[in-house]
This record gives sequence, structure tokens and C-alpha cells, in this order.
Amino acid sequence: MHIAAPEIGIVGCSGIAGAGIPIAAGVGLSSKLRKTDQVCVSFFGDGASNTGAFHEGMNLASLWELPVVYVLENNLYAISTPAVRSSKLKNLSDRAAAYGMRSAVADGMDVLSVYQAVSEAVERARKGQGPTLVECKTYRFRGHHEGDPKKGETYRTKQEMDEWEKRDPIIRLGDKMIKDRKATQAELDAINQETMKEIEDAVAFAKESPSPKPEDVTSYLFVSER
Amino acid sequence: MLRDKTVILLGEDVGKFGGIFGCTKGLQAEFGEERVRDTPISETAIVGAAVGAAITGMHPIAELEFMDFIGCPMDQIFNQMAKIRYMFGGSMKVPVVLRTPAGSRYPVACGAAHHSQSLEAWFMHVPGLKVVTPSMPYDAKGLLINAIRGEDPVLFVEHKLLYYAKRMASLRGPYPTLIQKVPEEPYAIPFGNADVKRPGEDITVIATMMMVHKSLRVAEELAKKGISMEVIDPRTLVPLDKQAIIDSVKKTGKVIVASEDTKRAGVGAEIAAMIMEEAFDYLDAPVKRVSALDVPIPYAPALESTVVPQEKHITEAVLELVGQKD
Repeated sequence: MHIAAPEIGIVGCSGIAGAGIPIAAGVGLSSKLRKTDQVCVSFFGDGASNTGAFHEGMNLASLWELPVVYVLENNLYAISTPAVRSSKLKNLSDRAAAYGMRSAVADGMDVLSVYQAVSEAVERARKGQGPTLVECKTYRFRGHHEGDPKKGETYRTKQEMDEWEKRDPIIRLGDKMIKDRKATQAELDAINQETMKEIEDAVAFAKESPSPKPEDVTSYLFVSER
Repeated sequence: MLRDKTVILLGEDVGKFGGIFGCTKGLQAEFGEERVRDTPISETAIVGAAVGAAITGMHPIAELEFMDFIGCPMDQIFNQMAKIRYMFGGSMKVPVVLRTPAGSRYPVACGAAHHSQSLEAWFMHVPGLKVVTPSMPYDAKGLLINAIRGEDPVLFVEHKLLYYAKRMASLRGPYPTLIQKVPEEPYAIPFGNADVKRPGEDITVIATMMMVHKSLRVAEELAKKGISMEVIDPRTLVPLDKQAIIDSVKKTGKVIVASEDTKRAGVGAEIAAMIMEEAFDYLDAPVKRVSALDVPIPYAPALESTVVPQEKHITEAVLELVGQKD
């Protein structure tokens, strides 16, 4: 359920909301000590920003000026709990000030707005200017999990969901690219088809791959028995 | 730290102060503030940062100033540090050494409920974590080096009284076994190797940390009564040297597990169950556990010595099992 691909720099995710925040600080510390220009980007939601781990990780990253970008995807809900019922803050990015950390707010429904804010944050981190908290204002189209009744309508209104869906960032980017003559509809359709094929191929690969063997259940527990 | 630049230290008071018990004295002066880092009071961040550094090529040694504080970073220990390697199919390793002082400091000081606990049993229960509990300086050095040079997450539990022995005659006197000559050069002791601290024929006492020293004292005394006590120190609780324990049980048929933690679901519970499962036929009597009473550790010295297991509790248990009266 939780995946990693360290060979392309994805060092994992966790079922524990907020746990990645101090871990990201450690990854940043590692880059700094190994003297690489790597920056760690840590993704979490509005819910996770209320955890103790958020507080401690953000404080440490800021204090030690670690090359980390903290991306807070504020999609207004933590499962069924609205963000407005979890914090008095209108902008969760205000929390960065408590740690002496830079912050930015991006329109999470606008690909270029997010790209801009995060790029700037990454640049700052690479230059040794420390971490940034980038709050992306966005929305969760589907339920928290597949099987969440009516895609989350038990705790949200259909009207709210429909309103946000009109601002689908991928569709909007496509429209903008066509309008700016950066792409044609045909080119965008081709990208969609290619991507769908990639996904279908991946699903097929997973389905056709053999199940792990029961006797392998203790593999990967330790590097060494001793 | 000389040998491997990826070894770093982080924790509260470890740098400038040299550690609350002096364990890291001089290291910041020698290796600098980049590699020896004082942290805020942020156990979750200390362990979390250690995990993040470890999965990206570093070998961090993180310190939790007292084992009593280990509740704070629990998620980072049992869900992150212990599970990352397994969850991600071995694609990463988490070589964190988490050092922490544990145990009652009596008679040196009265630590009471929040500075005296032995919580290693909680961590025996976590798959993916190694748990090391040395009792003596020679073992401590070799096991720590093995932990640092290894690539797995290790909880390294140091009984506080081990820190004091050199400078306190009042401790060295009754427990001369706390002092040991330790080689200058580095050496590693592999985990999963128990050490027979005192061979014996009549009864097996499996003891950890300070209970090793108390058991050895009792063994000296009871030898005068013709009772031959074998004292085994597992040295590592995970991995546990089951074979050494079973071999001893085969020899003596009578076992006591002596640990300083509280009895209920403690270290002794796991070891006793294992002995029952794997060496039942060799037992002449049920396994006895000598452990702390199931109460928080009191402040008043008179109460502390009632709660924390002492020599007399070991003696009582031995005499009961060998069928003798005091």
C-alpha cells in the first residue's frame, strides 16, 4: 500500500500521517553532510499539519537550515474532518513563521502556480537558504479511499464537490496550452492515450507477476542476522 | 567516527555538554558541530531525522537521554525505523543506532518513576528491530561497534549504573564486575551470542544488565553453601541466543530469569515462554522470574529497593528452586 522507489529518489511514504516530516529533515541533513545538491520534497496534507511530528520536524529543518521543501496539500479534508474544524488558521502556511521558516501559498488547482512556488523553494534550499513550507490550496475529488461512500459526499456537499471539479488542474492546463498555441487538442489526446497505455501496461504487469512465496515472508527483515 | 565519515551523532546535550552521563565527551570538539549535533527537545525529530539520514547513506547514532522518554518517538521507532526495510522490499536499509540509558540509579541517586525505567521488553515485541542490553564494559564496546558497523536498526540500551562504576567506590565495592579491562583497539561482538558470565551446575540464572551483577554477587555467596549457579547474560534480546539458554537448561533443569523491568509481560515472560516451548522436557521445575513489581518506580529509597529486584529476591528464588531454605 505504501510505495517507494529509491532508485528514482522516492524514499517512501508512511501510513502514519506526519511521520515523513521529520524523516524528510533527516534526508535533508544527509544531503547537506554528503555535500550533494539534493533537496528533499515532503508531501503531506492539512490533517498531518496538526501532528506533533509536523511541529518537531519543521522546527528542526528550519533550525538546521536543511534542504527540504515541505509541500502541504490543503485539500480541505482529513478523511471526513474538515480543515476548518482542525485548526483556527485560514492559511496553514502561517505555521512556518512559528519556526522562522519561509512559506508560500500556491493555487493547487493551477499546475504553473505550484510549479513556480516549489521551484523557488527548491532553489532556495539548494543555495543553503533553508526549507520552505508551500501550501497548495486544492481539493480532493474522490473519497479519502476507494469505498468511501459516494466519494465523500457523506461529509461534503455535492455542490461543493461540483464547484471544485470545474477547476480541474489538468483540464485547465490543457485549455491554456491550446489557447497559448503551445499544443493542439490532438497532441494532448495523444499524451492521454500514451499515459493510459502506460498505466494499463503497469496494471497488467502487476496482475501477471507471480505472487510472493510464503517462505519469503521473513526476507528483508534484516540486512544481517547478527 | 574516525573510520567512517557517515557516522554522525545527534541528541539532547550530546555535543557541547558531552552527554548527560558523559558518554559523548570530547566528540564534538574532535569531529565538529556538523557531525555531532545538539538537538532541541524533539524525540520524534531526533529519531525521524536519524531514519531519514540512514535511508540516504548515513550511519546515525541517535541518543534518547533517558529510556523513559522513549514514548515520545514511538511511531518513528516501531513504524518507521523498524519497518521501512521490510515495507519497501529491501530497497532501503535503516542503519540507525538508538542509544538510551535505562534502569534504576539507586544507590547513586533516586531517579523515580520517569528516570528509572527498563522498557526493553516493549521493543522485543517489534519485528525489524534489534535490541541490545550489555551488562559489562567489554560487551558494551564490542556490541556498540557491531551495532554501528551493521546495517540494521538497533536499540542499544545502557544501564545507567554502568556509567558510574569507575568513579564510585560505593558501587565498585559491592559490584567489582562493573569494572573491566577493555582493549584499546576496536572489536565487534556479533549479536545473538549469549555469554556465560559464571558457569554452574545446579541452576541457570538468565540475567540482563544490572541483574547480571546482582546475580554474580548472589552466586558468590551461594557457592559457600554449595550451590553452583550458572549466570548467563544473553547480551542481545533480539536476536536472542536461544541455543545457549536451552543448553544451560538441559544441564541444570532449573531456571530463573532475572531482569530489572516490571514482571508483567516483561523480558522474563518472553524468555520463560520460549524455554517452556523449546526445552520443557529438561525442566525440573517451572521457570521463575525475578523482576520489578508492577508499580511505577518510587522515589523514596525504602520503596525503590522494594520495587526494583535486589540480591535477596534472586537468593529467595534460587533457594526455592534448589529446594533449600535460607
